[in-house]
Amino acid sequence: MLNRRNFLTAAVGVAAATGLAACAKKDEGGSTGSGGGDGKIVLGFSQVGSESGWRSANTDSVKEAAKEAGYNLKFSDAQQKQENQISAIRSYITQGVDVIAFSPVVVTGWDAVLKEAKAKKIPVVLTDRSVETSDESLYVTLVGSDFTDEGRRAGKILEKVLEKAGHKGPVKIAQLEGTTGAAPAIERAKGFKEVMDADHADDWKIVVSQTGDFTRAGGKQVMAAFLQSNPDIDVLFAHNDDMGIGAIQAIEAAGKKPGKDILIVTVDGVKDGFIAMSEGKINAIVECNPLLGPQLMEVVKKVKNGETVERWIKTKEGDFMQDQAKAALPSRKY
Amino acid sequence: MTTTPRWRALTQHHLFWPVAVLVVLLLINVPFTPDFFSIKMTDGHLYGSLVSIVLFGSPLILVAVGMTLVIATGGIDLSVGAVVAITGALTCSYISDQADQDSLSGVFLALGIGLVAAVVCGLWNGFLVARMGIQPIIATLIIMVAGRGVAQLITDGQIITINSEPYKLIGGGYWLTLPFSIFVVAAVVAVTVALTRRTALGLLVESVGGNAEASRLVGIRSMRIKIMVYVFCALCAGIAGLMISSNTSAADGNNAGLWIELDAILAVVIGGTSLLGGRFSIGGTVVGALVIQTLTTTIYTIGVPTQTNLVFKAAVVIVVCLLQSPKFRAKVFGNKFGSGAGSGAKGGGTSAATPADTAPTTAAAPKMEVS
Repeated sequence: MLNRRNFLTAAVGVAAATGLAACAKKDEGGSTGSGGGDGKIVLGFSQVGSESGWRSANTDSVKEAAKEAGYNLKFSDAQQKQENQISAIRSYITQGVDVIAFSPVVVTGWDAVLKEAKAKKIPVVLTDRSVETSDESLYVTLVGSDFTDEGRRAGKILEKVLEKAGHKGPVKIAQLEGTTGAAPAIERAKGFKEVMDADHADDWKIVVSQTGDFTRAGGKQVMAAFLQSNPDIDVLFAHNDDMGIGAIQAIEAAGKKPGKDILIVTVDGVKDGFIAMSEGKINAIVECNPLLGPQLMEVVKKVKNGETVERWIKTKEGDFMQDQAKAALPSRKY
Repeated sequence: MTTTPRWRALTQHHLFWPVAVLVVLLLINVPFTPDFFSIKMTDGHLYGSLVSIVLFGSPLILVAVGMTLVIATGGIDLSVGAVVAITGALTCSYISDQADQDSLSGVFLALGIGLVAAVVCGLWNGFLVARMGIQPIIATLIIMVAGRGVAQLITDGQIITINSEPYKLIGGGYWLTLPFSIFVVAAVVAVTVALTRRTALGLLVESVGGNAEASRLVGIRSMRIKIMVYVFCALCAGIAGLMISSNTSAADGNNAGLWIELDAILAVVIGGTSLLGGRFSIGGTVVGALVIQTLTTTIYTIGVPTQTNLVFKAAVVIVVCLLQSPKFRAKVFGNKFGSGAGSGAKGGGTSAATPADTAPTTAAAPKMEVS
């Protein structure tokens, strides 16, 4: 009994001390940050979770950018559960933060909580993923990637890759699609096809296209089969780096040289992809950037100041060719 | 009608239909890939469609062989996919922490750690099913769901890439010009067949599957047998996990072995093992797993559109299951293939005696009475 009571007392004590410390810290930060009145923007951010390397890079970017911009960031991790996210948003509303930002776990079911925010006149910014609402005014803007454009950019960069490799004549393309039905897979394929139909209807042809489920194992297995049925593939377009890396292994097992015998263009720009590119095995990578923190902070500032922003602010993303790989590699965070 | 006794005997052999389907599937590829059966030497190893089918099918064969014994006891193991992920994650994360990833001792230790984890998972499943009397589908569901989370915890949600030549051998390397994984699979299958068919063990497994209580009453330690098959199944899944992660030199906690449990159960069913338990065929399972892998490869090579992949797969599986059903064969082909099958010498009476707790029967399952 006594033990338990002691423990409880200790726990309460620790909690109180931490709370006090936190308060002290906050006060300190406030006074140094703005001298007199606390003009710091308070941003409530609810993240999906930490399900992938891409996501953890996204989280780090938001935290770092907030620190750099001098915002007071209230961060919470929803652990892939909508109810966690809703309760986090509610607590931001009660605390009266200036702006709420979140990456929705799922597409639907946000109307109620977003209406509460609207009633309190707290603007909401979505990051990375969109929501479906009955009332478009419930959120101000979405900061995220345009997957269709990534497909288009892949098409454009392939032109450069072919030119650089000195490839002449018709181009036989193999496509490794992402998970069937996933937005990035559908839209990247669509964007790529747009470029192909518009500029290369005569000389480019997708000879095989299958899903590799965004995984290395999938990419490897599907590519091995492609190489059997179409040994004369010139180009591989993979919807993400991981499938591309798997495919590289299959190409090597078939005794061919990835990046030379078969030119490879992938999307994403994860670290392992850049390593493969610096080894000459991938020819070009179209970036899908999780590091949207700085852009988010800029948008938050504008929204706070009442400026109008676009409905969809597209993430700044780069395209990388082989010669840039080595230089870019050390700065890849994910 | 050419119903000679020899032909009859052939069509009524329990491996006839699975092998026939396998051959047909392989032949379908030929018009699309003219040199489908050709095997050539590339970089000092054999290369060709048949080699890739066996290479990529190896993990499935292993998982399915383990699953066969579990199903033979009237159980089912849904956790194998998660065990695949955990084993790969543990092994790769251990190797990636090594200063010298090529050191043999480090790799062996990593293999040991991975396989011990797999065995622990198997013990847990066996404990829940045999000791606690929880229905197998529920008991193994726990690790199926939680295990993938554990695997992601180990890999920190990232894909761990390793660069270890000795480890790469297991699932992606070649030995004597053949994929090394073929030798691993051959060894596991040989040991399993020897243990179950050359000793009484197989009979004990079948009797537990036929009627666990009756087996206990005649002096068979049903519980121990059950725990054993779950451990064996998890161990097979563990080896498969090593292969899968070794094949791509990376551990992907999220995707490694995803849904492999369903393919494995399918392989077991195609191979002619009854989901009701009490009878099994390791050879059939191996053929079944090869059928599934060939089907997957066929989908890729003949260019089935991505959106209709699963429909195509389902259609083939339905045909296979129907062909396996003696009743269906009797109705469609008349007596030529139909009569006699399913009532072989050791056939009678298993399904009637099976306890009702074997929930995971598919619609096709009761028809899987191939002796």
